[in-house]
Amino acid sequence: MWRTSVATVMLFALMSLTQAQDARKSGFDFMRPATQALQMDDTQNPGMLWVKDGQMTWAQKDGAANKSCTDCHGDINRMRGVAARYPQYSLVAKRVINLGQQINQCRTTQQQAKVWPTEHPTFLGLEAAITMESRGQPVTPPSQPLLADAQKRGETLFNQRIGQVDLSCRDCHDSLAGKRLGGNTIPQAHPTGYPIYRLEWQSVGSLQRRLRGCMTAVRAEPYPYGSTELVDLEAYLAMRAAGMRLESPGVRP
Amino acid sequence: MASVIVRPVSALTQSDVLTPLVKAYAAGGVVREGRVKFDIAPLVDNGNSVPIEVTVESPMTQAQHVVGIAIFNEKNPQNQVAEFTLSPLAGRARVAARIRLALSQQLVAVAKMNDGSCWMQTVEVLVTIASCIEE
Amino acid sequence: MTRALVTVPKTAKRGEIIEIRAVVQHPMETGYRRSSEGDLLPRDLIRKFSCRFVESGNANDTGAMVFAATLHAAIAANPYLSFNLRAASSGTLVFNWEGDNGFSHREQVAMTVA
Ligand code: HEC
Ligand code: HEC
Repeated sequence: MWRTSVATVMLFALMSLTQAQDARKSGFDFMRPATQALQMDDTQNPGMLWVKDGQMTWAQKDGAANKSCTDCHGDINRMRGVAARYPQYSLVAKRVINLGQQINQCRTTQQQAKVWPTEHPTFLGLEAAITMESRGQPVTPPSQPLLADAQKRGETLFNQRIGQVDLSCRDCHDSLAGKRLGGNTIPQAHPTGYPIYRLEWQSVGSLQRRLRGCMTAVRAEPYPYGSTELVDLEAYLAMRAAGMRLESPGVRP
Repeated sequence: MASVIVRPVSALTQSDVLTPLVKAYAAGGVVREGRVKFDIAPLVDNGNSVPIEVTVESPMTQAQHVVGIAIFNEKNPQNQVAEFTLSPLAGRARVAARIRLALSQQLVAVAKMNDGSCWMQTVEVLVTIASCIEE
Repeated sequence: MTRALVTVPKTAKRGEIIEIRAVVQHPMETGYRRSSEGDLLPRDLIRKFSCRFVESGNANDTGAMVFAATLHAAIAANPYLSFNLRAASSGTLVFNWEGDNGFSHREQVAMTVA
């Protein structure tokens, strides 16, 4: 009897220890109450406009194949848990791809339609609608050797000093997280809310847009959309945020 | 991150820009302070989206109701923010919206009653926002 | 394709004052902003919003005005508006947005009042 209770106590102690040690915080936690309220309320969160667009597009036939996402995948709620795994290695592409690239892969190979252009609102909407199906689920990058390589490359990029400002992503997002920078609070750079509605953009944007923004801010040449470097960074960020809960569509300043 | 400090302003210190706008909206009706509550979120992360709410004391009956609410700002290139038309069907004289607020300035909410009289609240907002160099 | 979200309770008690919320996808381009290439972005605003109530059985009627708005550049992108309605009878709420460059969007939502 006492053994089980000791075991239980130890288990709880261990749990609270790991929780206490987990100093990771979503960007959400650094925001003012008004912005948090906007994210929490689906009747006000402007990101939901893009989600609605995505949900409607999911059921629309398109391309030379005249097929909708529904035709092959069924109801969008069958996508539960999918976004939590991305970026991941794709057998079809034979490389690590993010969720947007997977959507475009289905566009071209399955629907036989043209790829969505970068940051197209309907494309972001599809991504947001699929990601919302995993809301509340922990980020769970699969264990795949080629994904592990991408995560490692991403980590190297994250630690590398860039731009005229000569700062690494880690300098800001580990050492200076929580501090103010020109009126903004530096978050820890977790990708849990993407695609996000950003007040500064006055629109929804992808994680790659956010990463490119950080590069421009330190006066470094941003990697092009869809580049291996950006996907590697995304893969590393997902690993770094493993276990944290998805909250898309997030709202950020 | 921006902070917005809001404080009420009395008619005596209302900006010279706002007073004629209020007068024009009142179209000859008497304008008094009171009955209008103009709420602006005190702390916001970004001036592109600042929640506001205007509520007016009124029974909202056929006999006695608010017919309109106008909001003006002092310093934006255009002083009009919005004009709302209300009807007794509403049951409550209230409107909420999100506005852009880039500069410290005065804002006024004016409510017009069905008898032509007007009520207002003027507030002063102090905004501190960092400039952004991003795409 | 423009999207809008309108939030109206599906059912309400007679006499109850309900809250209505409406958000529409629109940039509310002020005409003062520059693109990343430095060009001035042309003004593109929603100018008018209205919400009308059409009582059940009066489908041909244009209904009664509940709330209307004239919007200007100081209204945030993807305009959000919230206002109230005293539920008197079952019917349909018709929402309309109109703006520059022929912008027009309409939504309607049915509400049952018991
Ligand atoms: C000079 C400091 C600085 C550097 C260097 C920097 N960032 Fe950021 N980053 C910021 C700030 C500040 C924000 C938040 C901006 C805001 O709130 O408006 C941010 C936001 C982010 C976010 C969004 C987090 C969220 O909650 O949505 C991610 C992800 C991110 N950065 C990743 C990176 C990566 C990857 C790099 C390196 C390529 C990098 N950042 C370099 C300052 C920096
Ligand atoms: C003709 C059938 C077909 C159509 C149409 C189709 N898909 Fe797919 N989809 C597949 C197949 C087969 C796979 C697995 C192979 C692959 O990864 O491409 C897949 C995989 C996916 C995955 C990854 C699932 C996972 O578990 O990792 C996503 C996300 C996805 N599709 C989204 C979409 C979207 C969004 C659309 C509509 C724009 C769409 N698909 C249209 C057949 C289809």
